[in-house]
Amino acid sequence: MKTILHKANTRGHANHGWLDTNHTFSFAHYYDPARMHFGVLRVLNDDFVDGGKGFGTHPHDNMEIISIPLSGDLEHKDSMGNVAVIRQNDVQILNAGTGISHSEYNKNADKKVNFLQIWVFPKEKNIKPGYGQINFKPENRLNKLQQIVSPSKEDDGVWINQDAWFHLGNLKKDFKTAYALHQKGNGVYVFVIEGDVTINLPTGQAGGQELNKRDGLGVWDTDTISIVADSDTEILLMEVPMNL
Amino acid sequence: MMNTALTILVIGRNQQIMETVLRLLNGQVGWSAIGALTDSEAKVKFGETKFDLVLIGGGVEEKSEQQLRLEFEKTNPLIKIIRHYGGGSGLLFNEIQEAMKY
Repeated sequence: MKTILHKANTRGHANHGWLDTNHTFSFAHYYDPARMHFGVLRVLNDDFVDGGKGFGTHPHDNMEIISIPLSGDLEHKDSMGNVAVIRQNDVQILNAGTGISHSEYNKNADKKVNFLQIWVFPKEKNIKPGYGQINFKPENRLNKLQQIVSPSKEDDGVWINQDAWFHLGNLKKDFKTAYALHQKGNGVYVFVIEGDVTINLPTGQAGGQELNKRDGLGVWDTDTISIVADSDTEILLMEVPMNL
Repeated sequence: MMNTALTILVIGRNQQIMETVLRLLNGQVGWSAIGALTDSEAKVKFGETKFDLVLIGGGVEEKSEQQLRLEFEKTNPLIKIIRHYGGGSGLLFNEIQEAMKY
């Protein structure tokens, strides 16, 4: 088993006035050659956007872009004709493929929106662009791992053009669970949205890693990890192929 | 990085993304970028200018990419050729920094 730890306070940070953003991996003018990606997981941005502000229309291609609002409402418009507001408990994905353009604005004038934006390199390049959005019931992740992203259109979660599975979990203090990876050669990146957890290695291996709010831990060369909630916690697990 | 002279050829298929990428690149002091939307246009432009870097963007087919790489590397063995992901996005400068190892 191998691990890489990214403490919250080591993330890249930029404050553009209307946008206060934290980059787990190199992005825009934050560049750290040691923090370029975790497998095919390329971007993990923790964005806070002022009321009424946002990202004007801009293009993307060949990237799987997942947005997860943590608080507030985000208004989305794109060149495929999709107009939507994504809120807490929603998950949105753009399969950018051959190219799309979109805008993202804070729907509310009087409060910030905080959302995670996650970019994953696609499995297949130059696909027809696609869009997905699902509202998930929070009670279905209470002391459970709720699948929110998967590569199968028949399975739970928004569809991703990659052998990747994402899960959210709201775990009460002292709750213990395990995550078994779906595919050999994949790793899992644990991101703590709120609270504190300890990630333990499989039975028989010594050690564990305590994580706090907005910390990240990448784990690979293992089939499973175990998770202990050290306080009431909300976590995001992102299983992705390790080979680019 | 931003003051280092760099001449860049961008190859893509999407006009809007091309315009965005060129605007971002040409906004950097000392950088000069031009674009090509077809393989034949790319080959002509590559023959006319000594580039430091070729960015291959979205929509360029695998076969086209392979042929362009072969031809460009034969003409200039030192040329750096990289894929640009995301479409004029926050990855653009990271990709160039990685390729040029500033």
